[in-house]
Amino acid sequence: MAKFVTVEEAVALIPDGATIMCGGFMGCGNAHKIIDALSKSGKGNFTLISNDGSMPGGPLGEDYYGVAKLIHNKQVKHLIATHVGLNPEVAQQMNEGTLKVDLIPQGSLAEMIRADGAGLGGVLTPTGVGTIVEDNKDFCLGKQTINGRDYLLMKTVHADVAIICGHKIDKAGNVWYKGTTRNFNLPMATAADLVIAEADQVVEIGEIEPENVHTYGVFVDYVVDGGKA
Amino acid sequence: MEKSEIKGFIAKRVAKELKDGDVVNLGIGLPTLVPHYLPEGVKVTLQSENGIVGTGTVTDENKDPLYVTDAGGAPAAVGPGGAFIDSCSSFGLIRGGHVDATILGGLEVDEEGSLSNWIIPGKKVPGMGGAMDLLVGAKNVIVAMEHTAKGNPKILKKCRLPYTAVHCITKIITEMGVINVTDKGLELVEYNPEFTVEQIQAATEATLIVSPDLKPMC
Repeated sequence: MAKFVTVEEAVALIPDGATIMCGGFMGCGNAHKIIDALSKSGKGNFTLISNDGSMPGGPLGEDYYGVAKLIHNKQVKHLIATHVGLNPEVAQQMNEGTLKVDLIPQGSLAEMIRADGAGLGGVLTPTGVGTIVEDNKDFCLGKQTINGRDYLLMKTVHADVAIICGHKIDKAGNVWYKGTTRNFNLPMATAADLVIAEADQVVEIGEIEPENVHTYGVFVDYVVDGGKA
Repeated sequence: MEKSEIKGFIAKRVAKELKDGDVVNLGIGLPTLVPHYLPEGVKVTLQSENGIVGTGTVTDENKDPLYVTDAGGAPAAVGPGGAFIDSCSSFGLIRGGHVDATILGGLEVDEEGSLSNWIIPGKKVPGMGGAMDLLVGAKNVIVAMEHTAKGNPKILKKCRLPYTAVHCITKIITEMGVINVTDKGLELVEYNPEFTVEQIQAATEATLIVSPDLKPMC
């Protein structure tokens, strides 16, 4: 059963140098309260798995939006993402040699995370065949031909800690996502040793109908009340 | 043609490629103009790879930038009958052949129907995002772009920049003409009457096969 903790307690669970995955897409669906606290924690040396580096300039006038705070504070040494073009600091830190970046096709990354959480050993995808994705041996194990079509064999992706964000989370840890925030939160909740979820609102059991649970409470270890209720 | 008219002209021609009921994914820039030019009676379902099937129009009433955005992080909306989905489902839809057409721009395209648009090594490394999956998975890949860049051909014998995907393009639509990608090479099937076929070939590094049924672009 998920434990409810303060944001300080949640950040204390994240070790320095951890591999962390953050759900979200250009900041939409990032766990903003936890990430903000993590950005002020002094911890770093993280490997960050995220769709993107988010962007400076959030919709509420934030200087840095979501995971962009961790990048701005130079807490990330290695970023595994699909698109980093909207956060100029990623290219800047890459050029300075302080940030390693691996770029993976978006559909492949999503499925590599899902496969890890589903106990599969890899993903066979036609995406990236004939491109430099084939050359990234840390993630691509080679090519296979099945029924005449070429596929890349991609490794699965796992993290020490997944930081996800749901709009409603009930007291059993069941999560319901609003709008487009479901994105990478859904697979990431299945693919880490420790899953910390931020709830915009904590609700009673039953308020999310069982048919409408997106991430089941069994995946969620800790919940932080984001206090947006 | 005035520079300011080019994008609208291309988008208008691209719109004629879409059929009523198509599921379509649009790249950034020029492709986003295409829905404005859909012929009467043609309704398409737009997919946004970050998690919307059936996008709608953003209004002051439905705008919700913390919860509903497009793949560029800008406010978006779901339309009537639409759905929000996660990234695995979204790319299942894309790779699984459930998207009828993707329309996107290109830095370079080539005779083999390959496309490069995600990286300029040493200069610009934005990442491929969902482009590689879209090119491999969509039933029709329509490249909508200006024919040249600063006077230099973008339609090449072979792409020089790293590929986004190989052997993937169905059709190339520019302000000069409409080109089908065939097993034999690039076939010019429509031309803009403001240009001669010779001028179009001169602006193209790849050799164009002129269709016996060549028609003016309309």
